[in-house]
Amino acid sequence: MKLFLKFDFNTIARIHLDNLLTHANINYKTIALGEIEIIGDIDKETFSKMHQNLASNGIEIVESQKSVFVQKIKDVIIEMISNSESVSVKSSYYLAEKLNHSYGYISNLFSEVTYSSIENFIIIQKIELAKQLIIVNDLNLTEIAYKLNYSSVAHLSTQFKNTTGITPSAFQRIIFKRKEIANKK
Amino acid sequence: MAQDIMNVFLADDDKDDRTFFSDAFEDLKIQTKVSLFNDGQQLMDYLLQPLSILPNILFLDLNMPIKSGIECLHEIKTIDRLKNIAIAIYSTSASDEDIEQTFISGANIYIKKPSDFKTLQKILSDVVSINWQYQTSSLNKDNFLLKM
Repeated sequence: MKLFLKFDFNTIARIHLDNLLTHANINYKTIALGEIEIIGDIDKETFSKMHQNLASNGIEIVESQKSVFVQKIKDVIIEMISNSESVSVKSSYYLAEKLNHSYGYISNLFSEVTYSSIENFIIIQKIELAKQLIIVNDLNLTEIAYKLNYSSVAHLSTQFKNTTGITPSAFQRIIFKRKEIANKK
Repeated sequence: MAQDIMNVFLADDDKDDRTFFSDAFEDLKIQTKVSLFNDGQQLMDYLLQPLSILPNILFLDLNMPIKSGIECLHEIKTIDRLKNIAIAIYSTSASDEDIEQTFISGANIYIKKPSDFKTLQKILSDVVSINWQYQTSSLNKDNFLLKM
Protein backbone atom coordinates (compact mmCIF):
# COMPACT_ATOMS: atom_id res chain seq x y z
CA MET A 1 0.00 0.00 0.00
CA LYS A 2 1.30 3.39 -0.91
CA LEU A 3 0.25 6.47 1.04
CA PHE A 4 0.81 10.11 0.34
CA LEU A 5 1.50 12.24 3.37
CA LYS A 6 1.09 15.90 3.87
CA PHE A 7 2.99 17.43 6.76
CA ASP A 8 2.04 20.39 8.86
CA PHE A 9 5.58 21.34 9.73
CA ASN A 10 4.62 23.95 12.31
CA THR A 11 2.64 21.46 14.36
CA ILE A 12 5.34 18.84 14.02
CA ALA A 13 7.99 21.30 15.11
CA ARG A 14 5.95 22.44 18.10
CA ILE A 15 5.31 18.90 19.30
CA HIS A 16 8.90 17.95 18.72
CA LEU A 17 10.19 20.96 20.64
CA ASP A 18 7.75 20.36 23.47
CA ASN A 19 8.89 16.75 23.79
CA LEU A 20 12.53 17.74 23.95
CA LEU A 21 12.10 20.52 26.48
CA THR A 22 9.63 18.71 28.71
CA HIS A 23 11.88 15.72 28.70
CA ALA A 24 14.77 17.90 29.86
CA ASN A 25 12.57 19.35 32.64
CA ILE A 26 12.70 22.79 31.17
CA ASN A 27 9.80 25.03 32.00
CA TYR A 28 8.90 27.29 29.13
CA LYS A 29 6.14 29.09 27.36
CA THR A 30 5.65 29.66 23.69
CA ILE A 31 5.68 33.30 22.63
CA ALA A 32 5.39 32.81 18.90
CA LEU A 33 6.40 30.29 16.31
CA GLY A 34 10.14 30.03 16.74
CA GLU A 35 10.22 32.04 19.93
CA ILE A 36 10.00 30.69 23.43
CA GLU A 37 10.63 32.03 26.88
CA ILE A 38 12.30 29.88 29.49
CA ILE A 39 10.65 30.34 32.86
CA GLY A 40 12.98 30.74 35.79
CA ASP A 41 16.77 30.65 35.75
CA ILE A 42 18.68 28.04 33.90
CA ASP A 43 22.29 27.20 34.70
CA LYS A 44 25.05 27.12 32.15
CA GLU A 45 25.34 23.37 32.05
CA THR A 46 21.64 22.77 31.49
CA PHE A 47 21.66 25.45 28.83
CA SER A 48 24.55 23.91 26.93
CA LYS A 49 22.94 20.46 27.19
CA MET A 50 19.67 21.84 25.88
CA HIS A 51 21.53 23.63 23.11
CA GLN A 52 23.25 20.43 22.00
CA ASN A 53 20.13 18.39 22.33
CA LEU A 54 18.12 20.81 20.19
CA ALA A 55 20.91 21.06 17.64
CA SER A 56 21.10 17.30 17.20
CA ASN A 57 17.35 17.33 16.63
CA GLY A 58 17.56 19.91 13.91
CA ILE A 59 16.64 22.94 16.02
CA GLU A 60 19.10 25.77 16.29
CA ILE A 61 19.04 28.50 18.91
CA VAL A 62 19.42 31.52 16.73
CA GLU A 63 20.78 34.07 19.13
CA SER A 64 21.91 34.15 22.66
CA GLN A 65 21.96 37.49 24.45
CA LYS A 66 25.69 37.62 24.02
CA SER A 67 25.58 37.22 20.29
CA VAL A 68 22.83 39.81 20.08
CA PHE A 69 25.14 42.23 21.88
CA VAL A 70 28.09 41.29 19.70
CA GLN A 71 25.97 41.98 16.65
CA LYS A 72 25.26 45.41 18.09
CA ILE A 73 28.97 46.01 18.59
CA LYS A 74 29.63 45.07 14.98
CA ASP A 75 26.88 47.37 13.75
CA VAL A 76 28.29 50.28 15.74
CA ILE A 77 31.80 49.62 14.41
CA ILE A 78 30.63 49.49 10.82
CA GLU A 79 28.63 52.68 11.28
CA MET A 80 31.64 54.32 12.94
CA ILE A 81 33.98 53.45 10.07
CA SER A 82 31.69 54.44 7.27
CA ASN A 83 30.91 57.81 8.79
CA SER A 84 33.55 60.40 8.00
CA GLU A 85 33.05 62.26 11.28
CA SER A 86 33.25 59.32 13.66
CA VAL A 87 36.09 57.51 11.89
CA SER A 88 38.59 59.91 13.45
CA VAL A 89 37.24 59.49 17.01
CA LYS A 90 39.12 57.04 19.22
CA SER A 91 37.21 53.81 18.82
CA SER A 92 37.28 52.76 22.48
CA TYR A 93 35.55 56.00 23.54
CA TYR A 94 33.11 55.81 20.69
CA LEU A 95 32.04 52.24 21.43
CA ALA A 96 31.83 52.76 25.19
CA GLU A 97 29.64 55.80 24.73
CA LYS A 98 27.39 54.32 22.04
CA LEU A 99 26.89 51.00 23.79
CA ASN A 100 26.80 52.32 27.31
CA HIS A 101 29.26 49.78 28.72
CA SER A 102 32.92 49.99 29.66
CA TYR A 103 35.31 49.31 26.81
CA GLY A 104 36.87 46.46 28.80
CA TYR A 105 33.53 44.69 29.04
CA ILE A 106 32.73 45.24 25.36
CA SER A 107 36.10 44.06 24.19
CA ASN A 108 36.16 40.93 26.38
CA LEU A 109 32.72 39.85 25.33
CA PHE A 110 33.56 40.44 21.71
CA SER A 111 36.67 38.25 21.85
CA GLU A 112 34.81 35.54 23.71
CA VAL A 113 32.11 35.21 21.07
CA THR A 114 34.00 35.93 17.85
CA TYR A 115 37.48 34.56 18.64
CA SER A 116 39.06 37.76 17.48
CA SER A 117 39.73 41.13 19.05
CA ILE A 118 37.78 44.33 18.43
CA GLU A 119 40.95 46.03 17.19
CA ASN A 120 41.37 43.25 14.67
CA PHE A 121 37.75 43.47 13.60
CA ILE A 122 38.04 47.23 13.07
CA ILE A 123 41.11 46.75 10.88
CA ILE A 124 39.37 44.04 8.85
CA GLN A 125 36.33 46.26 8.37
CA LYS A 126 38.42 49.25 7.33
CA ILE A 127 40.32 47.14 4.83
CA GLU A 128 37.00 45.75 3.56
CA LEU A 129 35.77 49.26 2.98
CA ALA A 130 39.05 50.13 1.28
CA LYS A 131 38.53 47.09 -1.00
CA GLN A 132 35.07 48.27 -1.99
CA LEU A 133 36.36 51.76 -2.72
CA ILE A 134 39.25 50.33 -4.75
CA ILE A 135 36.84 48.27 -6.85
CA VAL A 136 34.47 51.16 -7.49
CA ASN A 137 37.56 52.99 -8.70
CA ASP A 138 36.19 56.50 -8.16
CA LEU A 139 38.84 57.47 -5.67
CA ASN A 140 42.58 57.06 -5.85
CA LEU A 141 44.49 55.49 -2.98
CA THR A 142 45.40 58.85 -1.46
CA GLU A 143 41.75 59.82 -1.29
CA ILE A 144 40.78 56.44 0.13
CA ALA A 145 43.47 56.74 2.82
CA TYR A 146 42.15 60.17 3.74
CA LYS A 147 38.54 59.02 3.82
CA LEU A 148 39.35 56.13 6.13
CA ASN A 149 41.47 58.31 8.39
CA TYR A 150 44.85 56.75 7.66
CA SER A 151 47.76 59.12 8.27
CA SER A 152 49.21 58.38 4.83
CA VAL A 153 48.87 56.20 1.73
CA ALA A 154 51.85 54.21 2.99
CA HIS A 155 50.02 53.47 6.22
CA LEU A 156 46.96 52.23 4.34
CA SER A 157 49.04 50.18 1.90
CA THR A 158 51.02 48.59 4.72
CA GLN A 159 47.92 47.68 6.68
CA PHE A 160 46.27 46.37 3.52
CA LYS A 161 49.30 44.21 2.77
CA ASN A 162 49.58 43.02 6.38
CA THR A 163 45.90 42.10 6.53
CA THR A 164 45.48 40.49 3.11
CA GLY A 165 49.02 39.52 2.11
CA ILE A 166 48.68 41.33 -1.19
CA THR A 167 49.05 44.94 -2.25
CA PRO A 168 46.07 47.19 -3.08
CA SER A 169 47.05 47.22 -6.75
CA ALA A 170 47.38 43.42 -6.93
CA PHE A 171 43.96 43.21 -5.32
CA GLN A 172 42.48 45.54 -7.92
CA ARG A 173 44.13 43.62 -10.75
CA ILE A 174 42.82 40.25 -9.52
CA ILE A 175 39.24 41.44 -9.06
CA PHE A 176 39.19 43.10 -12.48
CA LYS A 177 40.56 40.01 -14.19
CA ARG A 178 37.98 37.85 -12.43
CA LYS A 179 35.26 40.13 -13.73
CA GLU A 180 36.67 39.99 -17.24
CA ILE A 181 36.52 36.21 -17.15
CA ALA A 182 33.01 36.20 -15.70
CA ASN A 183 31.81 38.58 -18.42
CA LYS A 184 33.20 36.41 -21.17
CA LYS A 185 31.17 33.41 -20.07
CA MET B 1 28.33 31.38 17.76
CA ALA B 2 30.52 29.68 20.31
CA GLN B 3 28.83 26.31 19.94
CA ASP B 4 29.23 26.10 16.20
CA ILE B 5 31.73 23.77 14.66
CA MET B 6 33.62 24.72 11.57
CA ASN B 7 33.96 22.06 8.91
CA VAL B 8 37.42 21.96 7.38
CA PHE B 9 38.44 19.81 4.39
CA LEU B 10 41.92 19.14 3.11
CA ALA B 11 42.92 17.34 -0.08
CA ASP B 12 46.63 16.50 -0.10
CA ASP B 13 48.41 13.43 -1.43
CA ASP B 14 51.26 13.67 1.09
CA LYS B 15 50.48 11.63 4.19
CA ASP B 16 52.83 13.57 6.47
CA ASP B 17 51.38 16.88 5.35
CA ARG B 18 47.88 15.60 6.14
CA THR B 19 48.86 14.53 9.64
CA PHE B 20 50.74 17.76 10.25
CA PHE B 21 47.66 19.66 9.12
CA SER B 22 45.06 17.88 11.22
CA ASP B 23 47.30 18.00 14.31
CA ALA B 24 47.62 21.74 13.92
CA PHE B 25 43.87 22.14 14.36
CA GLU B 26 43.72 20.31 17.64
CA ASP B 27 44.57 23.21 19.93
CA LEU B 28 42.59 25.90 18.16
CA LYS B 29 40.02 27.93 20.06
CA ILE B 30 37.51 27.61 17.26
CA GLN B 31 36.01 24.15 17.23
CA THR B 32 36.76 22.43 13.98
CA LYS B 33 36.06 19.12 12.37
CA VAL B 34 38.80 18.20 9.91
CA SER B 35 38.14 15.78 7.04
CA LEU B 36 41.05 14.55 4.96
CA PHE B 37 41.13 13.42 1.32
CA ASN B 38 44.08 11.66 -0.29
CA ASP B 39 43.77 13.31 -3.68
CA GLY B 40 41.67 15.60 -5.80
CA GLN B 41 39.62 12.81 -7.30
CA GLN B 42 38.57 11.44 -3.92
CA LEU B 43 37.60 14.94 -2.85
CA MET B 44 35.51 15.65 -5.94
CA ASP B 45 33.83 12.25 -5.76
CA TYR B 46 32.68 13.17 -2.29
CA LEU B 47 31.66 16.78 -3.01
CA LEU B 48 29.66 15.81 -6.07
CA GLN B 49 27.34 13.55 -4.12
CA PRO B 50 24.09 15.49 -3.87
CA LEU B 51 23.83 15.16 -0.09
CA SER B 52 27.47 15.70 0.79
CA ILE B 53 28.23 17.93 3.75
CA LEU B 54 30.01 21.00 2.46
CA PRO B 55 33.00 22.44 4.24
CA ASN B 56 33.17 26.01 5.58
CA ILE B 57 36.64 26.07 4.13
CA LEU B 58 38.48 23.77 1.76
CA PHE B 59 42.27 23.48 1.61
CA LEU B 60 43.69 22.26 -1.69
CA ASP B 61 47.19 21.07 -2.33
CA LEU B 62 48.25 22.09 -5.84
CA ASN B 63 50.35 19.13 -6.91
CA MET B 64 48.34 15.95 -6.63
CA PRO B 65 48.23 12.96 -8.95
CA ILE B 66 45.06 12.15 -10.94
CA LYS B 67 43.41 15.49 -10.25
CA SER B 68 45.41 18.56 -9.23
CA GLY B 69 44.27 21.31 -6.90
CA ILE B 70 43.85 23.70 -9.81
CA GLU B 71 41.61 21.23 -11.63
CA CYS B 72 39.50 20.84 -8.50
CA LEU B 73 39.31 24.63 -8.14
CA HIS B 74 38.15 25.10 -11.73
CA GLU B 75 35.61 22.31 -11.39
CA ILE B 76 34.22 23.58 -8.09
CA LYS B 77 33.76 27.08 -9.47
CA THR B 78 31.51 25.78 -12.25
CA ILE B 79 29.11 23.99 -9.91
CA ASP B 80 26.40 26.09 -8.30
CA ARG B 81 26.17 24.06 -5.14
CA LEU B 82 29.91 24.23 -4.56
CA LYS B 83 31.08 27.52 -5.95
CA ASN B 84 30.63 29.50 -2.74
CA ILE B 85 32.90 27.33 -0.66
CA ALA B 86 35.87 29.32 0.63
CA ILE B 87 38.97 27.84 -0.98
CA ALA B 88 42.48 27.96 0.38
CA ILE B 89 45.34 26.83 -1.81
CA TYR B 90 47.85 25.08 0.39
CA SER B 91 51.09 24.51 -1.38
CA THR B 92 54.83 24.72 -1.48
CA SER B 93 56.16 27.95 -2.92
CA ALA B 94 55.08 29.27 -6.28
CA SER B 95 55.82 32.36 -8.29
CA ASP B 96 53.83 35.54 -7.68
CA GLU B 97 52.21 35.13 -11.10
CA ASP B 98 51.07 31.59 -10.27
CA ILE B 99 49.62 32.79 -7.00
CA GLU B 100 47.81 35.65 -8.69
CA GLN B 101 46.46 33.21 -11.27
CA THR B 102 44.93 30.99 -8.56
CA PHE B 103 43.24 34.05 -7.09
CA ILE B 104 41.88 35.00 -10.49
CA SER B 105 40.58 31.44 -10.84
CA GLY B 106 38.57 31.97 -7.68
CA ALA B 107 40.75 30.92 -4.74
CA ASN B 108 40.28 33.05 -1.64
CA ILE B 109 43.43 32.18 0.23
CA TYR B 110 46.95 31.18 -0.72
CA ILE B 111 49.07 29.55 1.95
CA LYS B 112 52.67 28.65 1.47
CA LYS B 113 53.26 25.47 3.48
CA PRO B 114 55.51 26.41 6.37
CA SER B 115 58.25 24.04 7.51
CA ASP B 116 57.62 24.22 11.24
CA PHE B 117 54.57 23.25 13.20
CA LYS B 118 54.19 26.40 15.31
CA THR B 119 54.02 28.60 12.23
CA LEU B 120 51.48 26.30 10.65
CA GLN B 121 49.29 26.49 13.76
CA LYS B 122 49.46 30.27 13.74
CA ILE B 123 48.64 30.49 10.04
CA LEU B 124 45.73 28.07 10.21
CA SER B 125 44.32 29.77 13.28
CA ASP B 126 44.45 33.17 11.52
CA VAL B 127 42.92 31.78 8.35
CA VAL B 128 40.09 30.06 10.15
CA SER B 129 39.20 33.09 12.23
CA ILE B 130 39.19 35.44 9.23
CA ASN B 131 37.10 32.93 7.32
CA TRP B 132 34.74 32.92 10.28
CA GLN B 133 34.43 36.71 10.05
CA TYR B 134 33.49 36.38 6.41
CA GLN B 135 30.79 33.88 7.24
CA THR B 136 29.33 35.69 10.23
CA SER B 137 29.81 39.40 9.63
CA SER B 138 28.21 39.85 6.24
CA LEU B 139 31.47 40.76 4.56
CA ASN B 140 31.56 40.53 0.79
CA LYS B 141 33.01 37.12 -0.01
CA ASP B 142 33.89 38.21 -3.53
CA ASN B 143 36.53 40.44 -2.00
CA PHE B 144 37.99 37.78 0.23
CA LEU B 145 41.63 37.43 -0.79
CA LEU B 146 44.36 36.47 1.61
CA LYS B 147 47.93 35.43 1.10
CA MET B 148 49.89 33.99 4.02
